Amino acid sequence: MNALRIVLVVLWKDLLAEFRTKELLSSMLLFALLVVVIFNFTFEPGSRAAVEAAPGILWVAFTFAGVLGLHRAFSREVENGCLQGLMLTPIDRGLIFLGKMTGNVIFILLVEIITLPLFAILFNVPVLAGLGRLSVIFLLATIGFAAVGTLFSAIAINTRTREIMLPILLFPVEVPVILAAVNATAAVLSGRDWSAISGWLKILLVFDLIFVMVCYITFEYVLEE
Amino acid sequence: MTPDSSPAVAAVNLTKAFGTHYALRGVSLQVARNEVTAIFGPNGAGKTTFLRIVSGLSRPSSGEVLFNGNSLHENPEAARTHIGVIGHQSFLYNELTAAENLTFYGKLYGLIDLPSRIKKVLEEVGLASRAGDRVAGFSRGMLQRLAIARAMLHDPNILFLDEPFTGLDQHAATMLSSWLRRLRSEQRTILLVTHDLEQGMSLADRIVIFVRGQIVFDQPTSGMNAEQFRRAYFEHVAGQQGDAT
Repeated sequence: MNALRIVLVVLWKDLLAEFRTKELLSSMLLFALLVVVIFNFTFEPGSRAAVEAAPGILWVAFTFAGVLGLHRAFSREVENGCLQGLMLTPIDRGLIFLGKMTGNVIFILLVEIITLPLFAILFNVPVLAGLGRLSVIFLLATIGFAAVGTLFSAIAINTRTREIMLPILLFPVEVPVILAAVNATAAVLSGRDWSAISGWLKILLVFDLIFVMVCYITFEYVLEE
Repeated sequence: MTPDSSPAVAAVNLTKAFGTHYALRGVSLQVARNEVTAIFGPNGAGKTTFLRIVSGLSRPSSGEVLFNGNSLHENPEAARTHIGVIGHQSFLYNELTAAENLTFYGKLYGLIDLPSRIKKVLEEVGLASRAGDRVAGFSRGMLQRLAIARAMLHDPNILFLDEPFTGLDQHAATMLSSWLRRLRSEQRTILLVTHDLEQGMSLADRIVIFVRGQIVFDQPTSGMNAEQFRRAYFEHVAGQQGDAT
C-alpha cells in the first residue's frame, strides 16, 4: 500500500468522523467569529487603527480557534484507545501524522474561509483585490501551524493539563509562522503586491518544510513515549 | 537459531524505567509457536508494560523483542502484520459505524477483498446485523465483540490479550471464553494477561507470574491443578505487591 493511500485513509476517517459530529468545526468557527466580533466593538470600522490592527486580530482568531481544533482532533484518538489501534497497524507512523495534519489543515482552512468575509465586512477592509495573495498566505501559514500543532497535540494529550499544555508548547515554536503570516497579511490588506510579501512567503515556505519534516520524523517517538 | 525454529515471541532482558522507577527489571520470556501463555500478577507488577513493549506500543529502556527471530525494533511494520491485540479498550471510533471502523483498519492493514472479510468477521462475532450502526451506541459487550473482530480482521497468528474479560457481562465473558478456546484450537500463539486465575489456568499451556517487574514463576500448566496454582500464586505474590506499574 503506498504512502499516499495511507495518508488518505487516515484523512478519510477524520473527515467522516467530523462530518458526523461537526463538533470540531462548530467550536472552532464559533470561537473565531466571536474574536472578530468582539474586537470589532473596540474599533471604528474602516478607521486607521482598525486597518492596522486587523491582521493581528485575524490571526489571533485563526490561531486560537486552531488550537481548539488541534486539541479536539487528537482527543478523538484517545477515546477508546484508538491511537493504540493506529500504532498497532503495520504502517509507517509518520504517515499517521501526515494524515492527521492534512485533516487539521483542512479544518483550519475552512474556518479561515468562513471567517474572512465576516471580518472584511465588520472591519471594512478590502480583501477581494488581494484574495489570491491571502489564499497563499493562509495556506502556507496553516500548514506550518498544523504541522507543529498536530505533533504537540499528540504530546499534550497524554498530560494531565492537556488544555493548557498545548498552547504553552505550541505558540513559542509558532512565532516565526505567525509573525510572517501577520506581516504578509498586513501588506496585502494595505494593497501591496506579490513583491512586498515574497520575503514573508519564503519564510513561511522554509518553516513549513522544516516543521513538516521534523514532525514527520519525530512523531513515532512521541507516540511511543 | 534459525527463523523457523525460533520462538514466536522472545523478550530478551527487557527493562523499562520511568525516571528512577523501574516497571520492568530484566524480563526475558520466550513464547513458543502455538503456545498459550497466561501472565498473572498483582496490580503494578509490570504485566501491561510488558505487553505494551512486546506489541510495539512502547519502547523498552533496554533489551530487545524478537518475532520469529526478527527484531521488532529493526522491522516493526513486518512484525505488526502478525500481531493482533485486544486490550481494556476497544480501539474503535465512536463516530464511525462497525463496518466503517473495520474498513478503516482493514485498509491500514492493506487487506484485499475487504468487504467479504468484514462480513465474515462480523458474522463470527454475531454483529453482522449491526454493521451499519455507530459504535457510540454499542454496549460494553458488543464493543468487546467488535474489538475481537478488529483484532482478527487481518488473521494474525500472534495474539496479545490484556485483561480481555474486564467489564464484560456474563454473556459476553462466556462468548469471549469460547472464542479463546477456538483460537487455541486453531494453533495460534497467544499471550494473555489476566487477573482471573481459573480462566487463565483453563486456557493456558503455561503460566507466568510477574511481581515488581520481574518473572517470579514460570511453569507449564500440565501436571498442575487449579488449587496448586492458586497456592503458588499467593505464595509468590503475598507481601510483594510493589512499586512497578
